[in-house]
Amino acid sequence: MSENYNISSSPHVRDKVTSSNIMLMVTIALLPATFFGIYNFGMPALINIVLTTATAVLAEFVYEKLMHKDITIGDFSAVVTGLLLALNLPPTLPYWMGPLGAVFAIIVVKQLFGGLGQNFMNPALAARCFLLISFTGKMTYFVYDGVTGATPLASLKAGEAVNTMDMLLGTTAGTIGETSVIAIMVGAIFLLLMGVIDLRIPGTYIVTFVVFITIFGGHGIDAQYITAHLCGGGLMLGAWFMATDYVTSPITKKGQIVYGICLGCLTGLFRLFGGSAEGVSYAIIFSNLLVPLIERVTLPKPFGKGGEK
Amino acid sequence: MGTCMERLYNGIIKENPTFVLVLGMCPTLAVTTSAINGLGMGLSTTVVLIMSNMMISLLRKVIPDGVRMPAFIVIVASFVTIVQFLMEGFVPSLYDSLGLYIPLIVVNCIILGRAESYASKNPVLPSIFDGIGMGLGFTLSLTLIGCFRELVGSGALFGFTVLPETIYTPITIFVLAPGAFFVLSFLTAARNKIMTKKKAPAASGCNEGGCASCGNSSCGGHGAFYKVEPEDQKTEKE
Repeated sequence: MSENYNISSSPHVRDKVTSSNIMLMVTIALLPATFFGIYNFGMPALINIVLTTATAVLAEFVYEKLMHKDITIGDFSAVVTGLLLALNLPPTLPYWMGPLGAVFAIIVVKQLFGGLGQNFMNPALAARCFLLISFTGKMTYFVYDGVTGATPLASLKAGEAVNTMDMLLGTTAGTIGETSVIAIMVGAIFLLLMGVIDLRIPGTYIVTFVVFITIFGGHGIDAQYITAHLCGGGLMLGAWFMATDYVTSPITKKGQIVYGICLGCLTGLFRLFGGSAEGVSYAIIFSNLLVPLIERVTLPKPFGKGGEK
Repeated sequence: MGTCMERLYNGIIKENPTFVLVLGMCPTLAVTTSAINGLGMGLSTTVVLIMSNMMISLLRKVIPDGVRMPAFIVIVASFVTIVQFLMEGFVPSLYDSLGLYIPLIVVNCIILGRAESYASKNPVLPSIFDGIGMGLGFTLSLTLIGCFRELVGSGALFGFTVLPETIYTPITIFVLAPGAFFVLSFLTAARNKIMTKKKAPAASGCNEGGCASCGNSSCGGHGAFYKVEPEDQKTEKE
């Protein structure tokens, strides 16, 4: 009763957009990449996706039940976390590792810090890095069409020639959801059209990355080399789906541009000068930690406060 | 003898240096990659702590207040040097694996903290027992953290393989730096949970100065302080 009369001061926003709507749309946008991953890698990919996603939801349910909190599994955020994590795993991973990562993502990274909206870094990526550090061998073991091989990005780093067309279509070795640029772009365009994400973060991220690669890549303005870098690894999945996570990216418009530039530079730095071929996940969680600082610097001045004298 | 027993209980459980006072985090996080390392670090700190507490308590009326910190450091450093040479001579493998962290015992917060807050104000015998209690509390926590990290991170315990690779894949992150933070925070949470349950009925005895000046962290600010505070005092504060 008292809640009905408890009205905050104006302005009051009326909108149909809710957390669960947005999360549902992100889930739908991830479906093309998911289905392509299952088609590309077969049964193991399907089992990994189902187990990881189910565990993420279950972990959220069990934790909230035990802690006597409101059950929030209906808002699809755990589904998105589980699905994103699964898309970041190699299809050959033993079936218990994905669920272990999902439990880590939901309980340690998300719930212990206060649940949805409170996590300080992207739970799916934190879990991926957790698994990558713990089981380096299994997490970097890629098989495609029965042949163990390097990912295109690793070949690129080793200076070998890569087939850019295959990378665009996604018929290469890699993690379940990252290989097909086309499938990811279909989902990304859906999100852009629905207004869930805007171009600011992914745009600055990709442009900065291209500039960085052109300057420091050692190939100059070589379209083939740059395209291969753009289509290889988790750059597209990361830029469109994980860097744009509402909770862990800046709110201010200027901040989002700074964030995108940080991401592009860090990814280029890790890929070109780092030990491993891929650097997107580390770049994103590292930039997640910079977000509070970025927001403090780019805080807009309220109307009427005026500029500096 | 009552104070001595109370000191032991205080050091091991009530004011455990790692889980309650959260002191000496540098060695806690860095050397607990295995149970043996944790135990070795804990015991060497204990020895230094007992000796320095005793010496500082003996000299507490001689040391002038203005230069007490340098005096404490000199005392602690002498004992650390002795312990370091003894370890190098008798347990060279442990000496190698602890490395830099042995000389760093000199600046361990627990040792200076106990010297400052207890040994420099109290008689010799309780100070020695305070050192034993705090030292054992530190050793216990470090060994516990080391056990967890070694078991989960490499499937072994005190150097013996408990879980062979065939049935258990070690989660390597636990023997690396992030694992130290995970285990420390989980054990601290577990200890707080257990102690809060025990303390729940006795929460009424709150410190007059409020939660800020209260040493009992196990109530987590949920004590009865705000209920007993008279209304007029509250308004005065605001």
